Amino acid sequence: MADERNQTQEDILLDIQDLHVKYNTSDAVCYAVNGLNIQVKRGEVFGLVGETGAGKTTTALSILRLLPQRIGEIPQGKILFEGQDVVQMSEDQMRELRGSHISMIFQDPMTSLNPVLTVGDQIAEAIETHHQSMSKEEVQAKVDHVLKLVGIPPARKYEYPHQFSGGMKQRVVIAMALVCEPRLLIADEPTTALDVTVQNQVLDMMSNLKEELNTSMILITHDLGIVCQMCDHVAIMYAGKVIEQGTVYDIFDQSKPHHPYTIGLFGSLPSLQSDSKRLKPVMGLMPDPTDLPPGCEFHPRCGSCTETCKLKAPGVFQDGETHMIRCHLFSK
Amino acid sequence: MHKFILKRILMMIPVLLGISVIIYTIISLTPGNPGRLILGERASAEAVEAMNESLGYYDPLPVKYFNYMKNLLRGDLGTSWRSGVSVIESIGERFPTTLLLATMDIVLTAVMSIPLGVLVAVKKESLLDNIMTVVALVFTAMPSFWLGMLMMLVFALSLNLLPATGSESFAHFILPALTMSLLSVAQIMRMTRSSMLEVIRQDYIRTARAKGVSEQKIIWRHAVRNALLPVITTMGNNFGWTLGGSVITETVFGMSGIGTLLLTAVRSKDVPLVMGCVLFMSFTFSVVTLLVDISYGIIDPRIKAEYGGRKG
Ligand SMILES: Nc1ncnc2c1ncn2[C@@H]1O[C@H](COP(=O)(O)OP(=O)(O)OP(=O)(O)O)[C@@H](O)[C@H]1O
Ligand SMILES: [Mg+2]
Repeated sequence: MADERNQTQEDILLDIQDLHVKYNTSDAVCYAVNGLNIQVKRGEVFGLVGETGAGKTTTALSILRLLPQRIGEIPQGKILFEGQDVVQMSEDQMRELRGSHISMIFQDPMTSLNPVLTVGDQIAEAIETHHQSMSKEEVQAKVDHVLKLVGIPPARKYEYPHQFSGGMKQRVVIAMALVCEPRLLIADEPTTALDVTVQNQVLDMMSNLKEELNTSMILITHDLGIVCQMCDHVAIMYAGKVIEQGTVYDIFDQSKPHHPYTIGLFGSLPSLQSDSKRLKPVMGLMPDPTDLPPGCEFHPRCGSCTETCKLKAPGVFQDGETHMIRCHLFSK
Repeated sequence: MHKFILKRILMMIPVLLGISVIIYTIISLTPGNPGRLILGERASAEAVEAMNESLGYYDPLPVKYFNYMKNLLRGDLGTSWRSGVSVIESIGERFPTTLLLATMDIVLTAVMSIPLGVLVAVKKESLLDNIMTVVALVFTAMPSFWLGMLMMLVFALSLNLLPATGSESFAHFILPALTMSLLSVAQIMRMTRSSMLEVIRQDYIRTARAKGVSEQKIIWRHAVRNALLPVITTMGNNFGWTLGGSVITETVFGMSGIGTLLLTAVRSKDVPLVMGCVLFMSFTFSVVTLLVDISYGIIDPRIKAEYGGRKG
């Protein structure tokens, strides 16, 4: 766990400040991310948790500037990666960054690989893109090495994606993301598409590789069990905002104050020993991102809703150095 | 893969048989007089009658068909009633023209339409895209004989660059091939465009972007190969059709290909020649579709696996 005492600017790898993202579709504007603030330190695993539609994938795509062209837009906010604002970078600078310094594992391994190229060619491409001077033999040696790391026999690099099982495809995707030893790995629900036994293998492998390569990781997930097993810091997202964040201990400690949404997520008893691992469905639905409610976005579903909640957006309540909650209940 | 090819070849037999029955029946049911056709206008009625008798013209239809097929299996397609030349020879003489025309057509079409289709897909909704949409529409709506005559008027008569009619030299093929390909460019370009737009939305394209791959490589290495699959099928089918002779283009440009051969055969009710032409066309069409399917398997590994894995 990162040392909290000498937390300097140097330790922060990724600093997202007041990020706003909207999708300008033909019939409505969808406000997917609305003032998001997170900081990811070097070497840590940062968990991003939230219901479907909370804006997790959108946030991840913004970091790589891979939002759908023309539709996706970042009207406001900064994404500082090692102090440099990604939002302002040119397309050429972004290409340098993608795959070499920041990599992403996408939500669905089944569709993430090109069906007409061999697995080896697709991994090699990541290396060739960023190390143009490397010889063919060196590239192939590296492909073999990374395949071994993720537990796939290198001889299978001549095969096509359809010849691999779901779990193996995900390993290939991970190999592809890690082959250039990025400083930040964004894993968007890397295991939801896999069955439970394979899930644990893949997660174990990811934490080992992360240690080995000293990579920071943003782990997007629905699964609180995975959060507690993998993460150092956790941010809980709701309607494009972080409504609570802190260390795993802050979030999983039931004696600490929590956002009503978080309490809802964990059921009545949030605890590290809890055997209910999946997010509990909270009553009601996520608000329509094209038409967000005024005041606190969560108020229509909140059991502790007051008049203030309906009118005014809540400020930040700081509980200790690491724990933050955005709720009127605490900001008195 | 071998099994698949063998199976496809075996499947051609019932198809060709079916076609032969249908065509033979239709052409035999329409009235005609082969004896007159063979012996000419001056021959006496008795001689014509005797000729018809010896050709088995008055036999019942199944007997005639059976005899025809018997000869066919021995490799004998008969002789043309009108010219007396063997059918195989006539086809052999005309086919190179049609083959060259069809090949030039498909090559020109591919060279023009695929890069254009990719380009307008990449520059979706740009001025170029809109212009090309209109141009495509204009060419799709154009009748081929009209475009052919226009081309002839401009390039042969006004500019005097190319010969107008005939099929003696390579230069004779340029205008008709261009006419034919201009008509299919619109179709293939639109198809490439929509196929590209579909592929570009796929997750694996985003994965490639996330690796930092350049836009050029994303288009040509990742997208085009996937996008071409449906395009190849259509182009292959078109090729199969034009191998059967493009009657209109051949007629307009006065070329002696399979299309005009069949046309005159049908006009004079020259049964052996019609049958020969139709069976030959069906055969080449089947072969081309088989080749298209094989090439599909080469481009898309998933399909190759499917061919290979299929039993029996
Ligand atoms: N391409 C798009 N065009 C328009 N709206 C979009 C697009 N992509 C996402 N959205 C909208 O943005 C909001 C956030 O979506 P996002 O994919 O970031 O959610 P998520 O938290 O990743 O959800 P999940 O857990 O289901 O993956 C949703 O309301 C979604 O409908
Ligand atoms: Mg998502």
